[in-house]
Amino acid sequence: MSLINHIGKYLVLLYRVFSRPEKLKLYYKETIKEIDKLGLNSIWIVVIISVFMGAVITIQTAYNTENPIYPKYLIGLTARDTLLLEFSSTIVALILAGKIGSNIASEIGTMRVTEQIDALEIMGVNSASFLILPKIVATVFFSPFLCILSMFIGIFGGWVAGVTTGIMTSQDYIYGIQYAFIPYYIVYALIKSAVFSFLITSISAYHGYYSFGGSLEVGQSSTKAVVHSSISILLFNLILTQLLLS
Amino acid sequence: MIEVKNLSKSFEHTKVLNDINIVFDKGKANLVIGQSGSGKTVLLKSIVGLHNVDEGEIVFDGTIFNHLNFKEKKEMRKEIGMLFQGGALFDSSTVEENVMFPLDMFTEMSFEEKRERTNECLKRVNIINANQLYPAELSGGMKKRVAIARAIALNPKYLFCDEPNSGLDPKTALLIDNLIKEITIEFNMTTIVNTHDMNSVMEIGDKVIFIYKGDKWWEGTKDDIFDTENKELNEFVFASKLSQKIKDLKNHY
Ligand SMILES: Nc1ncnc2c1ncn2[C@@H]1O[C@H](COP(=O)(O)OP(=O)(O)OP(=O)(O)O)[C@@H](O)[C@H]1O
Ligand SMILES: [Mg+2]
Repeated sequence: MSLINHIGKYLVLLYRVFSRPEKLKLYYKETIKEIDKLGLNSIWIVVIISVFMGAVITIQTAYNTENPIYPKYLIGLTARDTLLLEFSSTIVALILAGKIGSNIASEIGTMRVTEQIDALEIMGVNSASFLILPKIVATVFFSPFLCILSMFIGIFGGWVAGVTTGIMTSQDYIYGIQYAFIPYYIVYALIKSAVFSFLITSISAYHGYYSFGGSLEVGQSSTKAVVHSSISILLFNLILTQLLLS
Repeated sequence: MIEVKNLSKSFEHTKVLNDINIVFDKGKANLVIGQSGSGKTVLLKSIVGLHNVDEGEIVFDGTIFNHLNFKEKKEMRKEIGMLFQGGALFDSSTVEENVMFPLDMFTEMSFEEKRERTNECLKRVNIINANQLYPAELSGGMKKRVAIARAIALNPKYLFCDEPNSGLDPKTALLIDNLIKEITIEFNMTTIVNTHDMNSVMEIGDKVIFIYKGDKWWEGTKDDIFDTENKELNEFVFASKLSQKIKDLKNHY
């Protein structure tokens, strides 16, 4: 199927997802469940990756700026800006695309091939909206928290690495992370992570929703979900950066 | 009563159903039989609107279902209960939550009322003390019965069953068949059952429709089947040595 075809089908699905829910109370309940499943469950992976990446960025920056003409606080500044601008939004989103995307696609895909979606439709439920909307709301709502968390943990990881390896002092690092701080970077990162979460959830749900066949095809949809959401994250990263930073 | 008029359905280039005309009677178990791949599931899904038909009309008690708009169809679907080939229970919900789901979605009952209705339906299908189990913890026959309970939770006027006893042993299959028939009579529903199980046909086949390669090939009652001259139906029904013997014996006496 051609790309245009996919995009058309995806947009039609989104239209159905955002049509009026039949019973808000049930949607609310589902959303809470999804926040637990997709959001809270992702905290650990974000923490682990952020602490290690913050550490690595700090050490690498230190080794690349060994020349005495660079002040030491540059290391802290570089770590902070890398985390704020790219890592905590884009890289974290790419990792979550693997975790959340495959989870969503396989869950919805299994519901499709075992006729659970048909069962919903037969009851008169708008299955697209009932299954997908709570996931979108949950992830878009939760992603800024993950992003902020990742920033803090990453910067902390950098501090630990910098101080314990003795490449810089704690004062240098703390001075660095405060130096020439632009609060707008945080807004920019939060906007990006919300948009990326929307992309991950909706694209993965699309691949799951239109699975066809059996468990083999569900596996394929889940692979496609991860690949396509990752590509769209990279694409939108470029677009949003151009729009928001230039 | 459900009438199917001149129904045709194809996927891309393969024609699956070809100009089908059937009347399904109220208060009866109407059986659709046919070989695997003959188009039974597609017929059932076309009737309930899960597939869009190419041509033809599906009339539910005077209402042309496939001419309704999206919203009207949704309204109508609350009168329809369907049992899917694999049960289609929601994996992440317990037995109780599964049966309660339609009540949650479409009624304003209090939790106590919903629970009472749920237990009533579960009792009707002989599922007791399994409310908190998940579908993965049920046997095949139990899954089917829970799915029936869910299908009848809202007192539907129409009940559709796709292979209700596939994968079950003959005795459990019989229980399910009889359950479907009893419920049909009890609530005066129009019931359509897809099957390729001849035991079911002999047990509950008030009206039997034989689909052959996407055509309606034959129609009659379970008793007519023994006397039919129809070659394809004979080949289908009396495919096994056992059934061939029974037929010979019956004709002998
Ligand atoms: N969504 C679909 N897209 C394309 N072809 C389909 C689709 N659904 C069914 N078919 C085709 O329609 C034909 C009839 O399938 P159907 O599932 O109705 O058979 P069946 O009589 O229910 O068989 P079984 O007894 O094995 O369940 C098959 O050849 C199948 O390949
Ligand atoms: Mg079938």
